[in-house]
Amino acid sequence: MVAIDQNIDKRLIPILEQVSDPEIPVLSIMDMGVVRSAIIEASVVKVEITPTYSGCPAMDVIGDDIKKALKDAGYESEIELILYPAWTTDWITPRGRKALEDYGIAAPLETEADKAVLLEGKKLVKCTNCGSKNTRLVSQFGSTACKAQFQCEYCQEPFDYFKCLK
Amino acid sequence: MKNENLYNYILGIADNSLILGQRMGELCGHGPTLETDIACTNISLDLFGQVRSYFQYAAKIAGDGRTEDDIAMLRKERDYKNVLLSEQPNTNFAYTIGRQFLFDVYHLAFLTELQKSSDLTLSAIANKCVKEVSYHERFSLDWVKRLGDGTEESNQKMQEAINDLWTYTDELFHQTGADKAMVAEGVGVDVTKLKENYYKSVSELLEEARLKTPESKWFQKGGKQGIHTEHLGYLLADLQYMQRTYPNMEW
Repeated sequence: MVAIDQNIDKRLIPILEQVSDPEIPVLSIMDMGVVRSAIIEASVVKVEITPTYSGCPAMDVIGDDIKKALKDAGYESEIELILYPAWTTDWITPRGRKALEDYGIAAPLETEADKAVLLEGKKLVKCTNCGSKNTRLVSQFGSTACKAQFQCEYCQEPFDYFKCLK
Repeated sequence: MKNENLYNYILGIADNSLILGQRMGELCGHGPTLETDIACTNISLDLFGQVRSYFQYAAKIAGDGRTEDDIAMLRKERDYKNVLLSEQPNTNFAYTIGRQFLFDVYHLAFLTELQKSSDLTLSAIANKCVKEVSYHERFSLDWVKRLGDGTEESNQKMQEAINDLWTYTDELFHQTGADKAMVAEGVGVDVTKLKENYYKSVSELLEEARLKTPESKWFQKGGKQGIHTEHLGYLLADLQYMQRTYPNMEW
């Protein structure tokens, strides 16, 4: 799902797609939905990025990586961190969701369903190892702020679930 | 300073998150289990992230060259305006959870209202934080219930923590001069209006957890005026050590 309020110059898309989330290297920042605008103004690229979580330590690195990628492509740039509208997991693209799953992180459920998983113990999150939905929530907080820990009751494999944030 | 009330108002909000974040961060490597350890430090990380947004904004308003780090690290104890609840120590896990729970219920209600602020930066920060804090509240409530509705011993420890921390809850709803000025301008949240609902929901949740709502009507106050319990000094010594020892040190 691509958010309607994104304003990104087409010429910059291939460059920005090369920059990945340092904590989830398979996911480009474009697929993550953290780039909200990128425009070329008087030969300077102005990029607005928004954090997934307020305390996300990756944001500084992402800013530096964008600057470097743009510089390699011949652009000077200015990065601005914006907070509004707040990032939501809806902004992760279908390609990004697939990259997450392939990497072993269950993608956020698209509906309110994941709240049901967390609050009512319903079994909806699919194991990234064997595909079984017989999984349980181990902890609402995982290896990074954006993930929860799950375990598969069928194959016993522990895995990360990308928390739904709306 | 031109916008002194706004500056003080922001610090009043941010200091709660800073000090509570530091307390939760103390559990890094010391949590009772790996999962709770990670959860507590994740909450700490969220709170520090929120603090950065607030302090960056406060530094901009101050406009005197101070940075977010100066505001966080280089004030004296009396200049911190956090509520007393946030600085209470991790006496045991029940205290950690009790403190977090009593703060989260307030924090969630507060941020929900702050989203309506006429100050667009504050409402944007609140909009971001409220999503994170709803996860904090789920975590702390879950543990209040687990401990309260657990064994006789866990129930007793949880009850003891709630009883002890209760005395710091009333202060959440006190207004400072900056608060009143900001409420009048449509920027701030009138915390006095959150009080009734707070005690009502806390007491319902405690009942679900088979815990008693304390009856004591005697409450401690002072944090919002910078008059703290003895615990804050030690916390600040830890928090500020590096900047005091090696001024202007950077990563």
